[in-house]
Amino acid sequence: MITLTVNGTTHQVQAEPDTPLLYVLRNDLALNGAKFGCGLGQCGACTVMVDDKPVFSCLLPIAALSDRKVRTIESLGTPDKPGALPAAFEAEQAAQCGYCIAGMIMRAQALLERNNRPTEAELRAHLAPNLCRCGTHMRILRAVRRAAAAMGGGVRDAAEARL
Amino acid sequence: MAVGLLAVAAAGVAVGLHPPIAPLSALPRAFDPGLVAQGESLAHIGNCVGCHTADGGRPFAGGRALSTPFGTVFATNITPHPETGIGLWSREAFGRAMREGVDRNGDHLYPAFPYDHFTRASDGDLDALYAFIMTRSPMQAATPANQMEEPFGFRPLIALWNLLYLEKGPLPEDQSKPAEWNRGRELVEGLAHCGSCHTPRNALGGQQRDRAFDGAWIEGWYAPPLNAKSRAVQPWTVDELFAYLRSGLSKTHAAAAGPMGRVTRALAQAREDEVRAMSVYLASLMADAPAARAAPHAKENAVDSTHAEAAALFAGACAVCHESGAPMMLEGRPPLAWGTPLHESASHNTIQVVLHGLRPPAGRSGPTMPAFADTLSDRQIADIVAYLRARYTDKPPWPDLAQSVAQIRRERGE
Amino acid sequence: MSALSRRRLLASGALVVAFSLSRRAMSQGLPGSLGKSPLLESWIRIDADGRITVFTGKAELGQGIKTALIQIAADELAVPPDHISLVTADTARTPDEGVTAGSRSLSDSGRAILNAAANVRILLTESAAWRMLTEPDKIELRDGAAHAPNGENLTYGELAAVLSLHVEAKPDMPRRTGGSRLIGIDLPRVDIPAKVTGGAAYVQDMRRPGLLHARVVRGPSDGTRLKAADFHTVTQMPGVVRVVRDGSFTAVLAETEWAVIKALRRLQAAGWERPGAPLPAEDMAEAIRRLPARDVAIFDTPGPPAPSDGKVLKARYSRPCLLHGSIGPSCAVALWENEGVTVWTHSQGVYPLRKALAELLRLPADRVRCIHVEGAGCYGHNGADDVAADAALAARAVPGRPVRLQWTREQEHGWEPMGSAMVVELQATLGADGRIAEWRHDVWSNTHSTRPVSAGGLLAGREVDPPFAQPAPRPIPMPEGGGQRNGSPLYALANAKGVYHFVEQMPVRVSALRSLGAHMNVFAIECFMDELAKAAGVDPVAFRLAHMTDIRARDVIETAANRFSWATRPRSAAGRGCGFGFARYKNLAAYCAVAMEIAIDRDSGEVRLPRVVAAVDSGEAVSPDGIRNQIEGAIVQSLSWTMHEAVTFDTLHRASFDWSAYPILRFDGVPDRLEVHILDPAREPFLGTGEAGQGPAAAAFANAVTDALGVRIRDMPLSPEKLRGAVRKT
Repeated sequence: MITLTVNGTTHQVQAEPDTPLLYVLRNDLALNGAKFGCGLGQCGACTVMVDDKPVFSCLLPIAALSDRKVRTIESLGTPDKPGALPAAFEAEQAAQCGYCIAGMIMRAQALLERNNRPTEAELRAHLAPNLCRCGTHMRILRAVRRAAAAMGGGVRDAAEARL
Repeated sequence: MAVGLLAVAAAGVAVGLHPPIAPLSALPRAFDPGLVAQGESLAHIGNCVGCHTADGGRPFAGGRALSTPFGTVFATNITPHPETGIGLWSREAFGRAMREGVDRNGDHLYPAFPYDHFTRASDGDLDALYAFIMTRSPMQAATPANQMEEPFGFRPLIALWNLLYLEKGPLPEDQSKPAEWNRGRELVEGLAHCGSCHTPRNALGGQQRDRAFDGAWIEGWYAPPLNAKSRAVQPWTVDELFAYLRSGLSKTHAAAAGPMGRVTRALAQAREDEVRAMSVYLASLMADAPAARAAPHAKENAVDSTHAEAAALFAGACAVCHESGAPMMLEGRPPLAWGTPLHESASHNTIQVVLHGLRPPAGRSGPTMPAFADTLSDRQIADIVAYLRARYTDKPPWPDLAQSVAQIRRERGE
Repeated sequence: MSALSRRRLLASGALVVAFSLSRRAMSQGLPGSLGKSPLLESWIRIDADGRITVFTGKAELGQGIKTALIQIAADELAVPPDHISLVTADTARTPDEGVTAGSRSLSDSGRAILNAAANVRILLTESAAWRMLTEPDKIELRDGAAHAPNGENLTYGELAAVLSLHVEAKPDMPRRTGGSRLIGIDLPRVDIPAKVTGGAAYVQDMRRPGLLHARVVRGPSDGTRLKAADFHTVTQMPGVVRVVRDGSFTAVLAETEWAVIKALRRLQAAGWERPGAPLPAEDMAEAIRRLPARDVAIFDTPGPPAPSDGKVLKARYSRPCLLHGSIGPSCAVALWENEGVTVWTHSQGVYPLRKALAELLRLPADRVRCIHVEGAGCYGHNGADDVAADAALAARAVPGRPVRLQWTREQEHGWEPMGSAMVVELQATLGADGRIAEWRHDVWSNTHSTRPVSAGGLLAGREVDPPFAQPAPRPIPMPEGGGQRNGSPLYALANAKGVYHFVEQMPVRVSALRSLGAHMNVFAIECFMDELAKAAGVDPVAFRLAHMTDIRARDVIETAANRFSWATRPRSAAGRGCGFGFARYKNLAAYCAVAMEIAIDRDSGEVRLPRVVAAVDSGEAVSPDGIRNQIEGAIVQSLSWTMHEAVTFDTLHRASFDWSAYPILRFDGVPDRLEVHILDPAREPFLGTGEAGQGPAAAAFANAVTDALGVRIRDMPLSPEKLRGAVRKT
C-alpha cells in the first residue's frame, strides 16, 4: 500500500512501488488529465506538477513520491468553474485533437506560478519539452498569454518585438 | 630575495612587452571559398563558437563568462567588427594571438584562451581559420571587462606563465607514423585543444605535461583519461571514436554529455577526414588502456536487498529506456555497464547526467534523456547511482553520494 | 390512417405517388451521404421531450467536426445547440459514410445533415400548421417549438410524437431563412471543455469494470519480428493473466497496465530479426523512383507546341517517408459477449473496419460493432485500425472481459503506415512572352491508401494462422487521386500533361497521410512556379496571377499577398527571404495561399519565422474559427514535415523509433506570428479545409529559403544541415 497526495487529497493505492505515477493517476485514481504519449520522457503529454515543479509522470515511480504534493489538471477547475489556464485555453479554442493540452496546461501552470511575467522567449523555451503534433502551438501561446494577464501578469516581448 | 623577484618580474615585463600591430585600413576582402570552407571545419574542431558566444548571444560575438581559479575572463568578440571585434586585425595579428596569446595591441590574453594549444596549428590552418573568421557577420558587441583576482589582473604576469608553459609553434612531424596520425596529432594537440579539459593543471593553471591526458575536471564534469589510464570497459577503436566524436554516441560506450556533448555537436560539422585523423591519434594514445587488451563484457551483478528501494526506483524511472527489452536498447544503444562514467573514481558525471539529462540541438536527432532534477530527490538519485555502481561494475561503492548530488545542484544554481 | 399519411395525401398527392416509385430514383440528387442513406430518421431523431439526436457516420478527429455538424443541424432546425446530441460513427447507430478522410466531412455529412434537417424542419412546420390550423408559411420555428400567429405553440417533442421520420429525404429543400443563425459563427467547440479539465474524452480514457490491460508483441518495425521468446516465464510474472497467440500474432494480458508493460519489455528482450528481404540501401525516394511503375494519366490538356526557342527548365523534387506521429499511440477497447464483439476505436472508418474485423474474426458482420471514440490526432491512416484488430483478438481469449490495448510509442513509430516517399520531375518551357508554353509533371509514389477493407489489410490479419493475403494496392482515381493528388495545377496551362508513375511494390508500409500526394505535388509545382518566375524575370505572385483564371483562386492569392504586404516585403537583407505558395486542395476543395517571411542564421543554419500569412476560401464557413484552427495547424505541421522530418532506415528496419530519432518542430521553432484570413463567399458549398494548408505552406517555406540564400533546395526536408550547406555555397 502506497500513500500519495494528489490534488490535496490523500490516497492509499494498491500499486507496485515501481509503478510510474502516470498509471496510478489514470488507472487507480481514474484521473484522465495526464496522458500516455511515449512513456519515455520525450513528449510531455504526462506532465503533472509535483511540489510546484512540472515533471513527467511517466518516469516518476510512486515510491519516489513520499510526501510530495502532486497536482494534476483536475485541480485547476471544472467545466463550470474553470481556473485561469483552462478558461484561457477554452476562450482561445486552443486545441485540435487536444491530447497534449492537459500536459501543456500543467507545464504552463508551473511557469506562471513561479513567474507570471515571462518574456515570450522564456515562455517558448519553457514549453519546448512538450510536443504538439497538430500544430496548435500558436493558440497555446495565445492562451498562456491570456492566462498570464488574467493572473495579474502578462507575457513581455510578445512576437512582434522579435522582428 | 626581493631583488631576485624584482629581476624576474622585470624580465617578465621585458619579455611581455609586445609591439602593437597596425590595424588594417579596411575590412578584409573576399577569400577563396575553399579556404573559408576549410576554415569553417577547423573552427568547428576548435569549437570557437563554444566559448566566444554568450548564452542567447550572437555567434562569435563574445560575452561568455569563463570562470577560472584566477577570476572571471570574458571571451572576446571575434566577429570582424571593426570597433568591438577583430575586423581590423591582419593575418599577422591573428597569427600572433593564436600562437603567442598576444592581441593586436600587444597585450597578453589570458590562457583561458588556449593559445598554448592553438600554437600547434600550421600556417595553412591559420590561413583558413582567418579566412573563415573574417567572413562572419560583424557584430557590434563590446566585451565586458575581466574580473580577475589580484594580482592576476596584471597582464604582464602572463608573460611569466608563458615562459613556463608555452611551447610555441607546430610540432615536428613524426616520420615513423602515417600522415593521418600526424594530422590527428596536429589537430588534437592544436586547435581541438583536448588537453585543455583532459590534462590536469597545476596551481598556476598550467597543464602538467608529464600527466598529459590523465583526466581532469571541467565545469563540474570529469573529462576522463585519454591514455593508458582510461577506465573504459570497451576498447576505444578508431571507428568508435569517430562515431562518438561525430554523432555524440558510441554504441560500445555511451552518449557524450555536458561539455563533451557540445564538442561532439561541433565536430559533427567538421570535415569527416579531419575527425577521422583525430580518432586515429586518440586511439593510439589509448592503445595500452586495459580495455584494449581485455575481451568486451557487459557486466551485470546481482544486487542485494540493501538496494531494493533503489531497484524499484530504477525500474520505474530508468528501466523504460535502460533495461534490456527497452526500445532504445533494441536499437543498439549501449548498456549502462559499458559506459565509462559508472567506472570512474568520481561519481560526478553519472550524477550530472541523471540530474540534467541530454538534449540534442533543436531539430536534430540524437541521444536524448530527460532531466530528473525535479523528479527525484538527492537521496533518491544517490541511491540509484549507488545501485548502478553495484549492478554494473565491480568497482568499490562511491562515498558521499548524497553530498555530491547536493553539491552539483548547488553549483548549477538550483 | 396515421396523421402522417393524411397530411401527405392532403399536401402532396404527387409526393405519395412519387414515394411509391423506385427508391433509387428518389435517392438520386440527394446531396452528400444522403444518397446512400436517404431515410431521415437515419440522421435525425426527436424525442418526446424535444431532445434532438443527430447521427453522422463521420468521426471527430480533433478537426471540430462534431461542433460544425451540430451548428448545421441546430441552425437549420432553429434550436439552440445544446438541444442537440450528436452521435458519431457507430456501426449500430449511424449511417455508413465510409471513412472520415479527404476533408470530406462537411461535403459528405454536412450537406447530408443540412438537407435532412431542412426536410425535418419542413415536416415539422407542415405538421404544426396542420395541427394548429394555420398555413405553413405563418409558422415560426424558435427555440425548439413551432409558434402559430395566434400565440399557440407546439414543441418539437409534441410534434415528433406523431411524426414519423421513417421517410426518405427530398432533395433541394430550401434552407431556413431569417432568424438568428448558428452557421458562420464561432461556436465554442463542444469537446474542448472536457479536454481542458481532465474529463474523459478519448478512447484511452475508457474504463470498464473488469477491464484487462493488453499489449501486442511485435518486432520494432514493419518487416521485423521478435525472436522466440520465453512466454512461460512471462505468464508467471505478477499480474499477467495470459499470453494470447494465434499464428505469429502475440498479445499479453494483465490486470494492471504497468504489469503488462513490464511483461512486454521482458518479451522484447529476446531480440528481433528481419525474416524477409532487406530494405533498400539508398534513400527511400531514390528507391521509389527506380522501382517498376505503372503509368496512370493525371491530366492532358492539349495546346499549341512550345516555341523551339523557348527557355526550357527542368527540376526534380523529392520528399522522404513521413510519419503520422500521433501524439497518443493508437488504442482500442474490445469486449466479446453474446457471440459477438464490440470494439471502441478511433479508426477513421468504422464500417470498413467492421468488415475487415468480421472477416478476420470469422464472424457475421452484424456480430461486430465498431464505435468511434476519439483518439489523438491521426492525420490519416495510423495505427488505429490495426490496434482495433489487436484488441479484438486479445479480447477473444477472455470473453466477457473488456480489454484495453494500446500501442507503445515505439510500436506506433515502427508500425504505422507512413506517408510515401515521392519524387516529382517537372519540365516547362517559357515562351518569349514570359508565359508557360508547355508543362510536364511526372510523379513517382507508392500508394497513398492501404486502409483496411478486408482482413488482409490489417497487420494482425497477416499474422494469424492461416494468414489473410495483403490486397494489392491500387491507385486512387482522379479527381481525388492518391500520389497524383493535386498533380494537376489549377493554373490555366495549355500543352500540359501529367503522369502518375504508380509504384506497386512497397518496400515499407505506407498509406494515407494528411493531404496524400498534395503535399509533394504542390511543393514541387509551387517551387517550380517560382523557378519559372525567376527565369522570366517576373515577381512570383504576379507570375501566378498571370496564369490563373479561377476567380476564387485569384482572390485568395491576392488576399494573402496584400495582407502580407508582398509588394513591400523585405528584399536582399542578409539571410532574410519571403516565399509564396498556393493550391486548391484536390482542385475541388478549399483554396489556400500562404506567404511567409523567414530569417536564416547564416552561421547555424537555424531558421526563424517572423511572419506567416494565409488566406483561405472554404466556401460557406460553418465555423470560421474552425477553419482558422485547421489552417494554422496544417501550416505548422507542414513546416515540421518540410523543415525537419524524414523517417530513416537501415537495411533491417525503421531507425526512427522514438521522438529522439524523429524530431519534430517544437515551441522554439514555430512562427512568431501566424495569421489566417478567411474569404467567405456567401452560400457557396462547404469546401473541405483540413488538408488545404500542407502543400502551400511547404512551398512557401522553400521559396522563402531560396529568396534568403539564393540557393534552391529541392529535396525535403530543408533541414538546418542542408541550410548550412547552402549558406556555405553563397
